[in-house]
Formats: sequence, C-alpha cells, structure tokens
Amino acid sequence: MTTAPLLNVEDLTVNFPIPGGWFGRATSHVHAVNKVDLTIRPGESLGIVGESGCGKSTLVQAIIGLVERSSGKVVIDGQDFHEARGRRKREIRQQMQIVFQDPQSSLDPRLPVWRLITEPLHVRGGMSKAALRARAAELAASVGLRPEHLDRRPYEFSGGQRQRIAVARAISTDPDLLILDEPTSALDVSVQAQIINLLLKLQRELGLAYLMISHDVSLVRHFCDRVAVMYLGQIVEAGPAVQVLDSPAHPYTRTLLATVPSLKHPLPELAATRVGELPNNRILPTGCYYRDRCSFAAAGCDRLQPLVEFGDRAGTVSMSPPDKAAWPRSVRCHRAQAGDI
Amino acid sequence: MMVAASEILKPTGQKPAALTIDGLSLEFPTYAGAIKALDDVTIEIGASEIVGLVGESGCGKSVTTMAATRLLPEGRYRVTAGSIRLFGRDPFAMDETELQDVRGKLVSTIFQEPMSALNPTIRIGRQLVGVIQRHEAVSEAEAERTARGILKDMLIAEPERIMRAYPFELSGGMRQRVLIAMAFSCNPGLIIADEPTTALDVTVQAVILRLILDRAKRTGTSVVFISHNIAVVSQLCDRLYVMYAGRIVESGPTRAVLEAPQHPYTQALLRCLPERVEPKAELEAIPGTVPNLLDPPPGCFYRPRCPEANDQCFAKPPSMAPAPDHIVACWRRETIQPSIKASEATQ
Ligand SMILES: Nc1ncnc2c1ncn2[C@@H]1O[C@H](COP(=O)(O)OP(=O)(O)OP(=O)(O)O)[C@@H](O)[C@H]1O
Ligand SMILES: Nc1ncnc2c1ncn2[C@@H]1O[C@H](COP(=O)(O)OP(=O)(O)O)[C@@H](O)[C@H]1O
Ligand code: SF4
Ligand code: SF4
Ligand SMILES: [Mg+2]
Ligand SMILES: [Mg+2]
Repeated sequence: MTTAPLLNVEDLTVNFPIPGGWFGRATSHVHAVNKVDLTIRPGESLGIVGESGCGKSTLVQAIIGLVERSSGKVVIDGQDFHEARGRRKREIRQQMQIVFQDPQSSLDPRLPVWRLITEPLHVRGGMSKAALRARAAELAASVGLRPEHLDRRPYEFSGGQRQRIAVARAISTDPDLLILDEPTSALDVSVQAQIINLLLKLQRELGLAYLMISHDVSLVRHFCDRVAVMYLGQIVEAGPAVQVLDSPAHPYTRTLLATVPSLKHPLPELAATRVGELPNNRILPTGCYYRDRCSFAAAGCDRLQPLVEFGDRAGTVSMSPPDKAAWPRSVRCHRAQAGDI
Repeated sequence: MMVAASEILKPTGQKPAALTIDGLSLEFPTYAGAIKALDDVTIEIGASEIVGLVGESGCGKSVTTMAATRLLPEGRYRVTAGSIRLFGRDPFAMDETELQDVRGKLVSTIFQEPMSALNPTIRIGRQLVGVIQRHEAVSEAEAERTARGILKDMLIAEPERIMRAYPFELSGGMRQRVLIAMAFSCNPGLIIADEPTTALDVTVQAVILRLILDRAKRTGTSVVFISHNIAVVSQLCDRLYVMYAGRIVESGPTRAVLEAPQHPYTQALLRCLPERVEPKAELEAIPGTVPNLLDPPPGCFYRPRCPEANDQCFAKPPSMAPAPDHIVACWRRETIQPSIKASEATQ
C-alpha cells in the first residue's frame, strides 16, 4: 500500500545575497541549501544531521516559509505551499509548526503560559477567550504541565518546562508536521529524556510527523525512522536511521560518526577527524562537494555526484516507496556506490 | 578488590598534586537566603592527571574551579568550611599580584565562550604575543615565533593569517583553538577547561579534545575537564568526579565508575542516555527535579528522587566511602548492585 507523502520537497535551493557591490547590489551569494529533495509520510520521523553551518536550519525554515527560497517546491498534502495565496496559504502553514532549541528566547516573557500556548489559535481567530483558555488547559495537560502553571510567566519555569510550553504551543493548531530544530540540545540529559518521551507519546497519540535537526546521533537513531546527512547544503546520504548510522556508506557520514562522543569508543585520532575549515559556501566546489576533505578522493570525483539509490548505480532515488521495508538508502558518492570504500 | 579511599585519591606521580580541595563548603548570600553552592567538596588533581568533573547544570562544577582560582566575584560569596591548595599554596591567602602570577604561569582556564575571553578590538597575534611576554622575558620577534609555533601545534593551517585576524573574523572552533593555544603558551602546570566544546559541533569538538589530550600528555600538564557530557568525559579523562547539587557523589577511575556505577544518581544519569535502549523505547528519565540550593532537603540531597532511599537517608548526608575500585557517597552502597545495564554502555 502506498502512503501519500505528507511533505514533499523538491529541488529546494536557498541563496543569501551578500551585499557589497556598488549601490549595495549583491555581488555574490551564500549557497546555504542546494537542491534538496526530501519526503515525509504521515506519522513518520525524519532526522537531519550534519556539521554546523551545513544548512540544516535554513532548510527547515525555507520549508515553513520563515526564510525565502531561491527555487524549488514545497508540497504539503498535495498542495504547493508557495503557489497558495491568502487564507489557503495560512491554512497550509498551520499544518506545520516549529520548536526551536532555545525555549528562553522563543517565548514572549510578558505573556502568561495560557496565552503563549494558544497564540497560534488566537492568530487564526474565531475562538472566544474562554474557549482559548479551556483549550490551553487541555494542551498543558497533554504536555505534562499542571493547571496552576497556566497563569505563570515563562521566566518562572526551568528549561525543560519551557520546552514543554513550546511543544504545547506548536501542537495547538493540530498540525500534521512538527519541525524540531535541536529541541533538547540546551537541556540536561535527564530533562532531554522527559521531552523525548513526551514527543514520542504525542506522536503515538496524534499521529504527528517530525522533522528533527540534531547534533546528537544517538538521539536521532533513537527518535527517527529515517535520517538525512547534510554537507554543504546537500543531502549526501539518506535512509533508515539505524542502517545509515550503524553502517554509514558516504565518507562524510563516516567521519561525522567517528567524531561523535560515545561511551562505546575512544576519542578518534586526529587523522580520523579530517580537520579543515568548512569549505566556502560562497563559491560552490566543482565535482563532489566533499572532495577537498575526502581521504577517498580519486579519479571521477571531479564530476558532480548525484544522490543515487545505494547499491543501484544506474537508478535514481524513488521518493515515494511502497512501504517502510522498501525505504531506499541513497548515497552521493560514486566510490561508495562501487563498493570501493 | 576493596581499596581505601585515601589510596584512590592519592596522586599518581611523585610530584605534588596540582590542586587539592579539602571539604570545601561555599555559599552565595542573597536576599532570599544563602545559596549553598558547594557542600563538603573534596577533590584532588594529581600532577599530569586528566580529571573530569561531571554533573547537570547548576551542580557546582564551575564554582568549584572558580573558587580554586579565585575567579568568583569578590565579596559575593562566603567559604564556610574547608581549604584549597593550588600547587601547595592557599589562593585565599594570596594578594592580587600573587594571584595574577599564579593564574598566568601555573593555571590557565579555558571557558565555554571563547569570544568573551578574547579582546575583540585587538588582533589575535598581538594578544598571543602579549600573553607570552607577560610570562617570559623575550623579545617581540621571539614571542611572535613562539605564537606561530603554538598555533601550528593547534593544527591552524595559516598561522600568519590568523595572527593578523580579529577575533570576530574567526569561526567558533577556530577561536577556541586560539584560546587553547594561549592556555598552553606559558606552559602551565594545570589547565582548567570549563565546557570548552559545549558550543561547538562534534567534528570540531573531537579535534579540540584531541589537541588538549595530546598536548597535555606530551607536556605533563594536569587538566580539570568540566562537562555535562559523560561520553566526552569518558573519552578524555583518567579519573572523574560526579557532582550532584553541590556535593561529590561518586568518584574514581573513569572505567571503574562508568562500568560499575554505584551511586543511584550516576546510574540514573547513564540510564537516560538514548544510546542504551531500543529505538523509540521509553527513556528512563529521572523523576522530579534538582533540589533548591536555598533550602536543600535534609540528609542525602538525592533522596527525593532516589528509588533506593530508606530512613537512614533522611537523617544525615552520606560521606564518601570505598566501593569496589572507587568511592561513593551513599548510605546503601553495600546493597546497591553496580548497574549492569550501565556496563553494557561502555563495552
Ligand atoms: N540570513 C542569512 N544571511 C546570510 N547567510 C546566512 C543566513 N542564514 C544562514 N546563513 C548561512 O547559511 C549557511 C547555513 O546556515 P544554517 O544556520 O542553516 O546552518 P545549520 O546547519 O543550521 O548550523 P548549526 O548546526 O550551527 O545550527 C551558513 O553558511 C550560514 O552562515
Ligand atoms: N555569582 C553567583 N551568585 C549566586 N549564585 C551563584 C553564583 N554563581 C553560581 N551560583 C549558583 O551556584 C550553583 C552552582 O553553579 P555552577 O558552578 O555555575 O554550576 P555548573 O555545575 O553548571 O557549572 C548554582 O545554583 C548557581 O546558580
Ligand atoms: S565522490 Fe569522491 S570525493 Fe566525493 S565522497 Fe565519494 S570518494 Fe570522496
Ligand atoms: S544515600 Fe539513600 S537517598 Fe542517597 S543515593 Fe544513597 S540510597 Fe539514595
Ligand atoms: Mg541550526
Ligand atoms: Mg558551569
């Protein structure tokens, strides 16, 4: 049985102009996101990993329209987000909500919790104050806040409780997709465990789909069905989280995983960390983007690498596979494809 | 094998310890009462040892080391018990000149936010030369040569360019490498690294940890490494101390503590890590929250969250006592099994 995708992103590209020329005209661009394709099905979780500055936050912000895309398509439930106008666009937008890393700065300190939680509903309009308050109480209960918390201000809460408030607010419009940009990286591990348990519970109860950015690979392996690894604004490897993270195919994914702190392996030697400054994203490299840092670089790496289904050198990636078992694994590296690595 | 606490705490080398903190209690008086930030903290950092200080935010890691280097705001805190020896000297008995001397020559601190430790208006090269000349009577040219050398040691490819740059022109990872270069530049006996990689991403973090480790091992520098990340500490440190609410609850060789953690808090801390359970399974969160340090509970501070607590735990705080291969502050250490699951995590 085919499940229609909830979110379909095609060829999404984001460039930021760098002013500097005469009359402030842009002379060059930061290529933050470069032709990204991805799909999320209802109730599914997709994780995004990759080093700082590789374009993760820009990608998700372009998906929900917080950042302007340069080209490409974002289709939600069969409707093109950027083509839609007015009320229709707002409706599509409300199907996606975002939770940021820092609950401190994403919540207005002047508002009581019940107002914060129901703000998206208030913006949508059509609900009385009493109805909003009643809904706030329900939402608060579902994220583990107590009724007496409703009238307090955000600064009276711990980091973990503030993140609960942010989650309650995000689910207030009954979205299908929640975008989580490093939702627990500012929290202690014991509090992280509480928030992750809460998100998994909400997913089971509400059938939410998640798009989660995280630097914590073991968290992504735990939380996500699939994972996409980004490098310089491109997806370089994608597939079922356990498969990709337990047996990475792309040289970059391997380096990334070798450097993840773990109780299970010792600190990598310097040679394994592939030191180097992040490549410049103002002038995109020719050929494979990872070539400068790749220890496997060889003949053929000067050609642009397509993201190709792993183990199938000819085919391209099918974006709507029939079922979970058939989720494709894809890699953007001809040597990994050839089994040379 | 049972080992006496004093045996485990003894520094490994012949040289005297870099830092000894003995029974330190410290509080911050506020209008709402005294925040009891440290309670009876005992720590020893031997010569050439790399020692971790782990625990959740607010447990007192930074206050412990800042007290030792007298970096806490003067007049805003009170030491209510205990003593500190930094290379055999009492930091509380030092005047400002002595302190400057110690902070520059014997001890260097690397903080989490490298930007705040650098002067934004002065080029990197000048700052490095300044630090070197403050501690060694060398010519400008010689100091510059030394600076280039230590930047190279930090795997900075173009030291010339970096020396001409202002701090804001560098990435966070690069700035942190410059600060580590600075910290090592006057050959200190002790480096205090307070969450030096928390703001960085994992690839850069691995590089920085390696640079600290290799350089410290080569020069015999002692390191106190503060982190809330147990995995990072396990990769770097010979020994570790686990702190909870201003007290040390468990300590010993890293492997011994992490393979057979015996304090219920250490066990719980390891159990909430996602790397130890099946995907999507419920994580074992620790119930409740850390105690309010204005009014901590009587007896053991972990008691309100502890599944093992009994009457004895209400009466009096437990003191550090030997467990196999390491030491634990828990009344029930004889009956609590070292967590089996936690040992799986380190295999
Ligand atoms: N508004 C902007 N103007 C110009 N450049 C930008 C802007 N926002 C992001 N960038 C650049 O786009 C690139 C991607 O940034 P982004 O914030 O998406 O990275 P990230 O993967 O989320 O990193 P992190 O892990 O540090 O959060 C970077 O080079 C960044 O400097
Ligand atoms: N200058 C200060 N004034 C009042 N309280 C402080 C001060 N510095 C630290 N504290 C308190 O001391 C406790 C320990 O803090 P700290 O050592 O910074 O924790 P961490 O383990 O996160 O480094 C916390 O409760 C903190 O709020
Ligand atoms: S295509 Fe070549 S350079 Fe790129 S990742 Fe593969 S081996 Fe490395
Ligand atoms: S002393 Fe008691 S309350 Fe404290 S950790 Fe041990 S068993 Fe738990
Ligand atoms: Mg980001
Ligand atoms: Mg601290």
